[in-house]
Amino acid sequence: MTNQLCSLTLAQTLNKLQKKEIQMSEIVQSVLDSIKKQDSTIHAFLTQNEGLLGDVKAREKLPLAGLPIAVKDNICTKGLRTTASSLVLDKFLPQYTATIVEKVCQAGATIIGKTNLDAWAHGSSTETSQYGRTLNPRNTGHLPGGSSGGSAAAVAADMSIVAIGTETAGSIRQPAAWCGVVGLKPTYGRVSRYGVIAMASSTDSPGPIAKTVQDAAMMLNYLAGQDLHDPTTSPQAVPDFTQSLGKSIKGLKVGLLYQDIEGMEIVKSHIDTAAKVLTELGAKVEPTQALSPQYAISVYTIVQRGEVSSNLARYDGIRFGNDRTFFGDEAKRRIMLGTYTLSKGYADKYYLTAQKARTLFIQDYQKLFEKYDCLISATSPSFAKKIGVTENAAMFGELEDMLLEPSSITGLPGISVPCYKDPQTNLFIGLNIIAPMWREDRVIQIADAFEKATDWNTWKETK
Amino acid sequence: MKNTVTKTQVTHVAQLASLTITEQEAEHLVGAFDETLAVIDNLSQLSLNETEPTSQVTGLENITRADEVLTDNMFSQQEALANAKRSYDGYFVVDRIIDND
Repeated sequence: MTNQLCSLTLAQTLNKLQKKEIQMSEIVQSVLDSIKKQDSTIHAFLTQNEGLLGDVKAREKLPLAGLPIAVKDNICTKGLRTTASSLVLDKFLPQYTATIVEKVCQAGATIIGKTNLDAWAHGSSTETSQYGRTLNPRNTGHLPGGSSGGSAAAVAADMSIVAIGTETAGSIRQPAAWCGVVGLKPTYGRVSRYGVIAMASSTDSPGPIAKTVQDAAMMLNYLAGQDLHDPTTSPQAVPDFTQSLGKSIKGLKVGLLYQDIEGMEIVKSHIDTAAKVLTELGAKVEPTQALSPQYAISVYTIVQRGEVSSNLARYDGIRFGNDRTFFGDEAKRRIMLGTYTLSKGYADKYYLTAQKARTLFIQDYQKLFEKYDCLISATSPSFAKKIGVTENAAMFGELEDMLLEPSSITGLPGISVPCYKDPQTNLFIGLNIIAPMWREDRVIQIADAFEKATDWNTWKETK
Repeated sequence: MKNTVTKTQVTHVAQLASLTITEQEAEHLVGAFDETLAVIDNLSQLSLNETEPTSQVTGLENITRADEVLTDNMFSQQEALANAKRSYDGYFVVDRIIDND
């Protein structure tokens, strides 16, 4: 869809609007045409907002001027169907809107539609969606990743200028990496969860999926901040994240992680090349060691299944939604495993042990951040996998997200930026950058410098 | 020692979680449980006796707000019932769970 209005970035869109070179209605029309042309194949959207054009008109005087954005379908939108890709919520029309959506809409954004995900955000492929999988727009024989696969695919295919996703362990960064876009997972507690359908409450973090690091930074400005309705949000001051753009990374100390662990063969050399780029930009990059992510898989699996079994207990079909017979296989499996690990006689063995190991990871990263300003690794150990691979793989998501789970269970902020594209398959590899708690500014600074120094970003040279 | 579950255990867990599963599903779930338990078993290699558990990462404590009614997130009765499959005279309708006698 190159050279059409829908392929503009958020920054370019606002710039052109300001100069009166274009009108938002033209952008909206271009995005809608793009959806019409592609989404019968890609299947990024579950529901489209019929009231879009009216919303755009009503918001044209606001800072975002009616900007069309895609919203992951586990985020409540008043009067607009919200399913979490589960038949349990097939006809659910939320009576209220999530804080993050409220905030971006008050700034002038409009919702184009709700994007597909793994049911209840359980997975890393969109293949557990009860409405069918999304395909990777870069190569439709492959998966977009997940769980925010619909949001990442929508952005990658220019079916949305930006999108909102949620991450519990990899669900923003991994699909961003697989679709060749930018995904930013904020510090846990930086962005409100109010109105986000709860999955694992102690790690759920909503964030932007965007075409460029600049766009992600701009979106985070709107999403971040304490919320009266979510007491886990932090009173930490929110900086202007766009101030981190265009800053030198000279002298920053960067630790390179996980290159020597098993399973990194496909991506290793490309991550080494990315590290060299950072070195050329003046950063001091060196390989370093952290606790094995194999343990993070276990911590995450136990904590997540436990929190899932508790959070999904509310779906009884009484106040809203269908009854529990409508759960898909993956949700059943996770609810039951969580019930098991929390049940009498097993809670200490599994849940308490996992929570203690979680402390070890926090301590391990604290120590690493005494020495390094940030840490980098591959986002995923592979390119986007082929459709169908998740069948009969109970641990598919956890193993795919192995490199991201340590930063998820510790609550750290991270970003994935494209750092390689395979010329044969058109598929991408992402570079994951993480920083200490509340230092999204630093991951943005480094990701932006990397993006500007390389040619992997598809939107970089357009117009 | 390898951690495994039996079909009886799986069926019991389903009951606890208020899920209905078929015989075939139960058999399948035994395999899925074993696969997952085999992965998470590695935590026994860590020495954790001296380590405190973490349940949340931000360290926030005693977060309170002014004791005022927030009207912006209140539902009217009609809104509250809007998504219910069964309602009667302003109430949610639920199945009987206590026997008559």
